[in-house]
Amino acid sequence: MPNKVLASVDAAVREAGLRDGMTVSFHHHLRNGDHVLNMVMEAIAKAGLRDIHVNASSLFDTHAPLIDHIRAGVVTELSCGYMAGRLATAVSEGVLEKPVTFRTHGGRPASLQTGDAHIDVAFIAAPTADTMGNCTGKTGPSACGSLGYAFADAMYADKVVVITDNLVPYPLPDYSIDETHVDYVVKVDSIGDPAGIVSGTTRITRDPVGLVMADYAVKVMDAAGLVKDGMSFQTGAGGASLAAAAYLKTLMQKRNVHGSFGLGGITGYLVDMLHDGCFESLLDVQCFDLKAVESIRTNPLHREISAMQYASPASKSAAVDSLDVVILGATEIDTSFNVNVHTDSNGYIIGGSGGHSDTAAGAKLSMILAPLTRARLSIVVDRVRCVSTPGSTIDVLVTQRGIAVNPGKPELKQRLLDAHLPVMEIEALKDAAQKLTGKPRPARSGERVVANVLYRDGTPIDTIRVAKQSR
Amino acid sequence: MRRSVLFMPGNNAGMLLNADFLGADGIILDLEDAVSPAEKDAARILVRNAIRSLDYCNSEVIVRVNSLDTPYWKADLAAIVPLRPAMLLTPKINSAADVLAFDEAIAAVEQASGIPVGAVRLMPLIETALGLENAYAVASACKRVAAVLLGAEDLTADLNCKRTKGGNEIFYARGRIVSACRAAGVDCYDTPFTDVNDAEGIVADAAFARSLGFSGKAAISPRHVTAINEAFSPTEAEIRHAVEVLETIREAKAAGKGVVSLHGKMIDAPVVARAERVIADAKQLGVL
Repeated sequence: MPNKVLASVDAAVREAGLRDGMTVSFHHHLRNGDHVLNMVMEAIAKAGLRDIHVNASSLFDTHAPLIDHIRAGVVTELSCGYMAGRLATAVSEGVLEKPVTFRTHGGRPASLQTGDAHIDVAFIAAPTADTMGNCTGKTGPSACGSLGYAFADAMYADKVVVITDNLVPYPLPDYSIDETHVDYVVKVDSIGDPAGIVSGTTRITRDPVGLVMADYAVKVMDAAGLVKDGMSFQTGAGGASLAAAAYLKTLMQKRNVHGSFGLGGITGYLVDMLHDGCFESLLDVQCFDLKAVESIRTNPLHREISAMQYASPASKSAAVDSLDVVILGATEIDTSFNVNVHTDSNGYIIGGSGGHSDTAAGAKLSMILAPLTRARLSIVVDRVRCVSTPGSTIDVLVTQRGIAVNPGKPELKQRLLDAHLPVMEIEALKDAAQKLTGKPRPARSGERVVANVLYRDGTPIDTIRVAKQSR
Repeated sequence: MRRSVLFMPGNNAGMLLNADFLGADGIILDLEDAVSPAEKDAARILVRNAIRSLDYCNSEVIVRVNSLDTPYWKADLAAIVPLRPAMLLTPKINSAADVLAFDEAIAAVEQASGIPVGAVRLMPLIETALGLENAYAVASACKRVAAVLLGAEDLTADLNCKRTKGGNEIFYARGRIVSACRAAGVDCYDTPFTDVNDAEGIVADAAFARSLGFSGKAAISPRHVTAINEAFSPTEAEIRHAVEVLETIREAKAAGKGVVSLHGKMIDAPVVARAERVIADAKQLGVL
């Protein structure tokens, strides 16, 4: 019988055979509460390794210690689906010589499936694991629910290290990732801070403008003819998106509509919709709140799915391909409907595609929900600073002031007009916003590329250039 | 059609920016209770600039100025009337004389700024026992009065009774206002429902107000606007019935019949008048 349990993270770094120039990977299910990435990178630095490529599904403010590892030459390359906080600011200002590679949540596993990207050692934070590495996110003191983003890493990395703070005897019956992929298991005191892992509750916005947009969003779905038996739906955890889910639930119950599935990052609102019969099942790549974690643990109809099944274009099929409606956000959208979710108006990185482009490409109706102005700037611009999601995959922009339909969807536009919705041309929305805000001079960027943004199929879609330090 | 009138604090730039996207038929930009004395001038400037520069095309603009017993109301009129809002909501109106005091002062500003006298209409706010007893005199005080709003919070304090969600204590006031306004031929607006989180309560309260004959209802939260609009819009069944009534009448006239009935009920003049009103409302709302 193999003994996979190692005494420490240091031992795992050693046993896994990590060498200079290799690629290590992490998932982001512990979000801003994650301790594992910093713990492993500290062990890597201590071992004297250099030139390491960190490929993480997302990076948060808590991962700011990476900045020091970059400055020390321990880390020289980053790949991720989303990046926020101090690390994102430092990267925007050029701390890293090589450009960051941004992939989508579907594009990242696709790159592993096709071999475009390679992981030498995957470090998988697991809220519960047994001694052979069968592991799950559903139980344990640091429970995060789904481990969807970690499956591809477990399957395709050369070596897989499971790191847990809740080691249980073999076999763990309800596992997510199984022992056949796992080389080593390490027990640590804590893999994360539960307060940062999931929010206690996600709440519907009380902002009247957000509620108006949510109301329009549901009316658009209805006018498009998609609020019907068998419908599938995805929305984010933002206040207005949640309000749209709540309004959709009201409409579905009023009409006695029974949908098929809710997809994506799952919140308590979608759990309520499942419970109340709006959906047959939930397909969950990531849990956003405690209610979702509780539900995925106890309700077999709330199903954990991998990022490959969620959104990978390299899979034989993915759930996004069967999706009817997705509600998405934007930091800016241009008159060709291209959406930026990577940078702010000063050119600083503040996020990333996540599943944005994947769901927009897959869903029958992809809808951007955004207030017409934000922080004294128009949300609609002539040209977005960074194309995260191509306009050809965006159908509708919903603002409090009016609704713009992609000119490639004339039938949809007619349906919205027939439903007496306030349809406007996107240029008119831009003009209305700029009448209030004026047309600001774009913030200047430097020449050097700090990030390459890849579309879900792995092709380059845009670059992000070094930000001038305007903060 | 003016069903919902929504209060917006006059000192909140963000709210003013989006004021007419919230579904309300009328927005009441408030210079009175929502604004502390220290901010009166700032709010007045902000509201003036908002009306001047924002194209409030989705909602009728109403400004609540300060009452006659304050040092602010004249400055409010001087700043706001030249921008020709649809209406001024004038608080603490106790008598026809109070209305006429506003009427005269508004006319002076209208003349001075070259806009037709009477262009800015008045919505007196009745919120005292004296005002309530003088309701008909207030509603018919001058041509400028277009509507009356009942303010139950101050009224119940004046009546020395507790304001309750059920609203038994304002039943008389509601009936009195509706009767006075209908007699004077002006619109009448019900007091706001004050529990912003009670989504079912507003539906019931708005339906009750409509059943008493109010033209619409004020709201202190954008979340109440939809419920009010729905309560004061003709229902599909009402529209269907109205269409039937008018068709029956047309057919009867063509056939030279004097007395007609529909579904066993006689159609008389009030039934026809109500049907015509429903059809007019439905057309205005674009549902017919």
